[in-house]
Amino acid sequence: MAQSRFQSSKVQSEARFGYRRHADQDRTGGSMAEYPVVVIGAGPVGLSLAVDLAQRGQDVVLLDDADRIGEGSRAICFSKRSLEFWDRLGIGQRMVDKGVVWSVGKIFHGTSQLYQFDLLPEQGHKRPAFINLQQFYAEAYLVDRVQELAGVDLRWRNKVIGLEQHNDHAILTVETPDGPYRIGANYVVACDGARSSLRQMVGAEFAGKVFEDQFLIADVKMAAEFPTERWFWFDPPFHAGRSALLHKQPDDIWRIDLQLNPDADPVAEKQPENVRPRIARMLGHDKFDFEWISLYKFQCRRMDKFIHGRVVFAGDAAHQVSPFGARGANSGLEDAENLAWKLDRVLRKVSPEALLESYHVERSAAADENIRESTRSTDFMAPATRHEARLRKAVLSLAKETEFGKRMINGGRLSIPSIYESPLSTADRDLWRGGPRPGTSMPDAPITAPAGETVYLTDAFIKCGTRFTLLEFVNGALVDPPDGVGVIRIGGEGGFSDSAQLAAARYDAEPGTAYLLRPDGYVAARFRHPTRTALDAALARAAGND
Amino acid sequence: MALSTRSNFAKPDDAYRAIAEAHRGLSEAQSADLDAALVLILANHIGDLEVLHEAIALAKRRTLEASQQQQQQQ
Repeated sequence: MAQSRFQSSKVQSEARFGYRRHADQDRTGGSMAEYPVVVIGAGPVGLSLAVDLAQRGQDVVLLDDADRIGEGSRAICFSKRSLEFWDRLGIGQRMVDKGVVWSVGKIFHGTSQLYQFDLLPEQGHKRPAFINLQQFYAEAYLVDRVQELAGVDLRWRNKVIGLEQHNDHAILTVETPDGPYRIGANYVVACDGARSSLRQMVGAEFAGKVFEDQFLIADVKMAAEFPTERWFWFDPPFHAGRSALLHKQPDDIWRIDLQLNPDADPVAEKQPENVRPRIARMLGHDKFDFEWISLYKFQCRRMDKFIHGRVVFAGDAAHQVSPFGARGANSGLEDAENLAWKLDRVLRKVSPEALLESYHVERSAAADENIRESTRSTDFMAPATRHEARLRKAVLSLAKETEFGKRMINGGRLSIPSIYESPLSTADRDLWRGGPRPGTSMPDAPITAPAGETVYLTDAFIKCGTRFTLLEFVNGALVDPPDGVGVIRIGGEGGFSDSAQLAAARYDAEPGTAYLLRPDGYVAARFRHPTRTALDAALARAAGND
Repeated sequence: MALSTRSNFAKPDDAYRAIAEAHRGLSEAQSADLDAALVLILANHIGDLEVLHEAIALAKRRTLEASQQQQQQQ
């Protein structure tokens, strides 16, 4: 990835942190410090994972080889699911307050609009379909949150240069400005990005597909009145024969993606004097400043196994997608929420190590889905053969007057959480007409607390402690929940009321219906009329204890 | 097999003629464009991925065999 930076003085897009010598560095030989978890990489994934683990009571060491955030990859679209995860980490509201909320996308062909979609056309959700927020802000807010938590020990300019795997722990050699030291960990989680050095240390392959087309990505600062929508063009008048994307970020920053010819000269293409006229043609004026210009060739690939001995891989270190669909950072955050509770249970020895294998099963399948979706989008934007170009031309022309043609246009299919086919799920035995089947992330809905205020199901889940939770639609006969399981009651005395009747509708609930939710908010099992025996069995399965 | 390969038109010649005539007067490229659009329209009308896969498999098998035979004859 070739990159160059054009720093504007008005926009803060970087923060520096100091290196501090740690007492662990003074230990020698056999008295090396040992920790339950060492997370490598203080990007959105590593930071979120560290916060989640710390909130669950784990002591986490978080190592980063730099002393700053805001460099390198630049995610901007954060999904509803990611915001719900960040709500659990106590920073969702801050992200939403700063971010640009959006749910509508428009697709243009030439000068005419072909299609418009709304990613969240219904009311009654705490969080929007998406916010756009510079990755820098997300990381800065996560660092602030880390600093509130005693459980996370964040060490800047600590670069892992060696890995030794043992049966029940790993030893890392860490380079610092004061020289190297060693540190032991029961588990290491590598969130060190697409060029992961841990991945090289375990000797894992990272093969996949490279797309020949180059894309120019620029962030520009300007005052503009475009709506807060995602605009995508095929063959726009300002960029004939190729595609383009325009998307708003906070601070009057706009993200622009331009597809270049495969044979475009990368060095020449990213010179501001060459980029400027292109973008001026797109915007109709040249009153803008560059924040950042970069040229990319996209890759779609993943590791075969996300777990290598005592090292677990998450985020871009484990899988990479092209950016059309916002599936990079969001899938990394889904990795983090999936892994945190499992690792916590294994470390507390309330679940067997084998529970971690379900992280690989669930998240590698999600990576496959993300790669499939983003590959299809990229292939549609950059047809590989003349016949594919012909098919696409047919779709675009049919879209002018047919609904099926509009829906076949692929300008990016935006990230939604995968539904897990998981060994942790208990298969449905009852008859369901809708609602989330096991393996699905919990749908949100507004509910009314006994005191009268409106909250959301996702709030209630957090209040319950972000642990295994039984969501019950009360019919009078309550089942005693298993030990340690939280309860959200809809209906009955002291329960929430479903005043908007959206909770029952979204969960296909009747009186007596109960859902067992996992600590990451995914459905483990559901019952029309649960018995304690059935709940115990579903819980044991979901915790890897059956 | 979900794909119907029975003869479904009362007068198959009418269907064949309709397709053939649609291509009259078109260049190779225009014909290919027309075919691409037709395939997409008909695939959507069928709306069944299994049928589509079977149709693709049948078409590929027959066109490949036909072109191989042609090569052998030459």
